[in-house]
Amino acid sequence: MRLNRTLVTLAAAATLAGGLVQPASAATEIQFWHAFTGPLGEILAKQVEGFNGSQTDYQVVAVYKGNYSETLNAGVAAFRASQQPHIMMVFEVGTATMMAAKGAVNPVYEVMQSGGESFDPSVYLPTVTGYYTDPEGNMLSMPYNSSTPVLYYNKDAFAKAGLDPDAPPKTWSEFGTALDALKASGSSCPFTTAWQSWVHLETFSAWHDVSFATRENGFAGLDTELVFNGPLQVKHIQQLGEWAKDGKFVYAGRRNEGGARFRSGECAMFTESSAGYAGVKKEAAFEFGVSNLPYWDDVEGAPQNTIIGGASLWVLSGHPEEEYQGAARFFSYLSRPEVQAEWHQQTGYLPITLAAYDLTKKQGFYEENPGTETALIQMTAKAPTENSKGIRLGSFDQIRTVIDEELEAVWAGTKTAEDALNSAVERGNVLLRRFERAND
Amino acid sequence: MEKRVVFRPSPLPYLLVLPQLAITAVFFLWPASQALYQSLLIQDPFGFKTEFVWFENFAYLFSDPLYLASFWTTAYFSAAVTALSLGLALLLAVMADRVVKGATGYKTLLIWPYAVAPAVAGVLWLFLFNPSIGLIAYYLKVAGYNWNHVLNGGQAMSLVVIAAAWKQVSYNFLFFLAGLQAIPRSLVEAAAIDGAGPLRRFWTIIFPLLSPTTFFLIVVNIVYAFFETFGIIHTITEGGPGKSTEILVYKVYADGFEGQDLGGSAAQSVVLMVIVISLTVIQFRFIERKVHY
Repeated sequence: MRLNRTLVTLAAAATLAGGLVQPASAATEIQFWHAFTGPLGEILAKQVEGFNGSQTDYQVVAVYKGNYSETLNAGVAAFRASQQPHIMMVFEVGTATMMAAKGAVNPVYEVMQSGGESFDPSVYLPTVTGYYTDPEGNMLSMPYNSSTPVLYYNKDAFAKAGLDPDAPPKTWSEFGTALDALKASGSSCPFTTAWQSWVHLETFSAWHDVSFATRENGFAGLDTELVFNGPLQVKHIQQLGEWAKDGKFVYAGRRNEGGARFRSGECAMFTESSAGYAGVKKEAAFEFGVSNLPYWDDVEGAPQNTIIGGASLWVLSGHPEEEYQGAARFFSYLSRPEVQAEWHQQTGYLPITLAAYDLTKKQGFYEENPGTETALIQMTAKAPTENSKGIRLGSFDQIRTVIDEELEAVWAGTKTAEDALNSAVERGNVLLRRFERAND
Repeated sequence: MEKRVVFRPSPLPYLLVLPQLAITAVFFLWPASQALYQSLLIQDPFGFKTEFVWFENFAYLFSDPLYLASFWTTAYFSAAVTALSLGLALLLAVMADRVVKGATGYKTLLIWPYAVAPAVAGVLWLFLFNPSIGLIAYYLKVAGYNWNHVLNGGQAMSLVVIAAAWKQVSYNFLFFLAGLQAIPRSLVEAAAIDGAGPLRRFWTIIFPLLSPTTFFLIVVNIVYAFFETFGIIHTITEGGPGKSTEILVYKVYADGFEGQDLGGSAAQSVVLMVIVISLTVIQFRFIERKVHY
């Protein structure tokens, strides 16, 4: 009896020990922290599985760390505790923070070169990578999910208002005419928007080739100052404020609260990220169209190109050299045309290489899904200028909050557009100077 | 045998207190001293460049209108939470004191909200008041009142005050009940014989005799409203539409962890610490005088 029990215990211990022993040739682990949950998280997981299955030297471990802010904070805190991952997903407003941390970051172009991977910057879409390159043109991070604002409109509502459903407004003047018609036909919400700062100030400035901030929108130095209170931007916000007063523009919220209102058919026109396409297609019970963001046609140089929003992948330093080759291989895998094309088609985010764009065209995807190419055409029609490469500001997330607060005062009618934008510039500059002080 | 009046010093008391001292040292003294030190620096988030700037962080704080506004928000919030939770708890305790049948049942039902974590309490109330799917929000709309705490700052503040007070009512209730039961029945009966009505009895006899309890609870509630309501604010409003519910402790988090401004955030936490210490000192000095033991 005692012998039996001893044998059983020994057997159990042996099985446990056997289970704990690692396989002899362990692949090097590459830690990848990201902010994707839900369907996007599943697609990301499939991508990682595809890479892991395509080779045996490296194993990418993807870990969900929370939303964009939480992921960035987790990465920063981990770095201070020497527990940082190899790859980290950082949203575009965190770019300045990452760039200023030169000792913490391994620029992507260096990682690719020292990892022995062939890396030709010209295969990437310039308007996508431009956001993440330094003034000399070197890629610092790998763009992962990038989108750009476009105009969605309800074709059924257009027909009811007597407007041509296949001729969406191209300029803001035509837009105003459309709003009048929609309001007259009884619409309770002719127009709403998502991410108001990104669409109507940041992208707006790039689209019209005017500066958002000095020093090439912050690319050329930390001593940048905000200048988005210029006459054109004031004119645009003033126009939106007047439309808000007349009930033609209905403000729904700072982020994407307006999406639900458009998809339900309540709002007829909606400026939002191109990545909202999947949601609209799934939920809209009406005919809808996707069109270019409108512009003021009396501005020379408009329309220039729109800028991106989204996130990119940064490589954090502090790990042994050999492990970064795994990161380089992962980036090469992500840049493959098939992988990018699939990512683009499934999520609505832009493909980061021209080859993926061509492949998607050849596969006939754009014919089967009208409106999905609009964003790409908007972004590739012209080469980016100083004002339209992107925006790189410290404390940008907080500056966006300041802008949101001031714009909300305009929509509520408590401030004029000029006062609101001047106040936002003043408050934002304080934040910029503090960032410069901390990182200089 | 000679009786000893002086006890031989023994290491046992020190050993018994040591675990608690260790916890206090690790979880309070160490972080607090680090915060004090960090408030004198301006650092980049990754810790590469550190500049010693004396009290510049504090100067920057007090010239920031948003920070000063946060003071008012916190003052309003803590006064509202304390008043609401103390008032409700006192009312419930007076009622529960009279109940004879099923007293334990009532007391249990009144006590369990204290065990709910602040974040969970926040989510519970958020679900009830969610502008699109909340039950109470729906009934408010039916009654003609348009509830949208996402856009309206005043409504957001009301919601967080209700959620925070709800959690604290149980704790106050327990103490008030104990305090009520410590009052000698003979005093109340004597006043009744003399012709005092229930309200008069309450205000002139019971309430003054409850004053040690009330004083203690005021201190505890204010500290609760200052510090332990972070979970509620974070889950319901994240600082509220346009900073209307951004209390001081939430601003410490928002500036430090979301804004990556570690020096400024540490300075704010030092200011908070000073405020709560001085509040407690003031309360012990002045209000203690009015307390009848």
